[in-house]
Amino acid sequence: MSSIISVQDLSKEYDNGFKALKNINLEIEQGEVIALLGPNGAGKTTLISIICGLVSPTSGQVLVGGNNVIKDYRKARSMIGLVPQEIALEPFQSVMNGMKFTRGLFGKRPDAELMKDILMRLSLWDKRDAKTMELSGGMKRRVLIAKALCHEPAVLFLDEPTAGVDVELRKDMWAVIEQLKAEGVTIILTTHYIEEAEAIADRVGIIRKGDLLLVEQKETLMQRMGQRQMVIELSEPIIAIPKNLKPFNLEYSSEDLTLTYSYEASGERTGIASLFTELSNAKIILRDVQTHQSSLEDIFVDLIGDKS
Amino acid sequence: MNFPGMKSIYLFEMARFYRTISQSLFSPVLSTVLYFIVFGSAIGSRIQEVDGVSYGAFIVPGLIMLSVLTQSISNASFGIYFPKFLGSIYELHTAPISYLEIVIGYVGAAATKSIIIGLVILATASLFVPLHIQHFPAMIAFLVLTSISFSLFGFIIGLWSKNFEQLQLVPLLVITPLVFLGGSFYSISMLPPFWQTVTLFNPVVYLISGFRWSFYGTSDVSLGLSLAMIFLFLITCLGVIWWTFKTGFKIKD
Repeated sequence: MSSIISVQDLSKEYDNGFKALKNINLEIEQGEVIALLGPNGAGKTTLISIICGLVSPTSGQVLVGGNNVIKDYRKARSMIGLVPQEIALEPFQSVMNGMKFTRGLFGKRPDAELMKDILMRLSLWDKRDAKTMELSGGMKRRVLIAKALCHEPAVLFLDEPTAGVDVELRKDMWAVIEQLKAEGVTIILTTHYIEEAEAIADRVGIIRKGDLLLVEQKETLMQRMGQRQMVIELSEPIIAIPKNLKPFNLEYSSEDLTLTYSYEASGERTGIASLFTELSNAKIILRDVQTHQSSLEDIFVDLIGDKS
Repeated sequence: MNFPGMKSIYLFEMARFYRTISQSLFSPVLSTVLYFIVFGSAIGSRIQEVDGVSYGAFIVPGLIMLSVLTQSISNASFGIYFPKFLGSIYELHTAPISYLEIVIGYVGAAATKSIIIGLVILATASLFVPLHIQHFPAMIAFLVLTSISFSLFGFIIGLWSKNFEQLQLVPLLVITPLVFLGGSFYSISMLPPFWQTVTLFNPVVYLISGFRWSFYGTSDVSLGLSLAMIFLFLITCLGVIWWTFKTGFKIKD
């Protein structure tokens, strides 16, 4: 796959000396969904704001479809749709007129069929003539997505798309993102909801204090950095962990009657077979066994914790 | 050029004008009628004629300018400030539209509104006093040039304002006094010599003088000087806007 967005040595320093981005390099492939994770103030929004033209970089450059976002801004911006973090809509404008306005700004004439299709997909068709001030918060967010899509962008930026929305709407939005991905739209979303990245992203980038700490395929990241835990439920309590089990660093919970064994999922030898042999030697009777994969959240917390 | 983009902005702004027609149109017309009643009838009955023109007719160009100037500034400043206030200005920054095209869209709409208001006031005035416009094309040219110039000025105010208070400050504290002291209701030749000299520093004097010339063929200052001042103001505003966009001052981080 080819890069549709190329971020090269990008830095942003504000007048007060605050370095929002430090020498960021990032290649985003066509058709992928990439999630930029990071705590508040990490630089996620600054990064997408520079790519979209809202903020000027201090140094470095960004290419969208091979077009420099400053020198060839018309071509670059034509390819981009942005769903901002805050709900920013003209309150007295109808949903349909708002979409026509946005499409016009992108140099395109109204396309009734396309507008209808987008509004139907976002469950807004019934509200097409309603003023945006009359809509609920969730609907307003969908209007922002509709406006971002109405000029048929190749790249869609979603800045905290599900911040403050209910679970149902969040799932709806994920479904929309899946559909757009299937249509070949490249999607870049910033979020601090780990589960969001876990649910919809192909790749995950982690930003902290203006540094892009890593960018990995989600599965690779979870495999590389994730730990598995095996929880062994016992039939009877034990007084202490037997000597022959000490090398396994088991954690015993007398309340739950469980032994927990942590191991690297990617390791060649997980030690599970040996553990079961030693459990048998120690005459410990098992009731149940469960394994658990570290979530992106666990990885994220570990990573941020390590770096700080 | 992104013509659909300019058209979108223009139509969007004009839609606001139609949506708030009572505020946009009836309010300045009502003010003008009140001015005619107070100044034209009450005071005018004692003044009779100024420069060979009845007082009621004499104040018409000044009254039109008063509304055109204030409406140009308020419409253009509000037009660009409101998206800033709402946050929806992100759409302009992320669209493939140049700053020049944005200015043409917003200022074009604001100037159109002012021209409509100016012509409606002219029509209203003709109900009160007999009007004979000696230089009709020049009158239209002055109206258009003034509307564009002051819409550009309003656009600058809207770009630079951080809150609604600042948005109102210049029109209230600067423009209204300048218009009132710029010969809207009197000929500057009626003032003592010292105040005549002071008045010449008021740029609005040249606008009203030129505009009044297009009506009655008489003016306080020469026509050439009036035109030169309007163009100077126009070019200054364009220069400030160009610099504002080029440097990103008050626009971009």
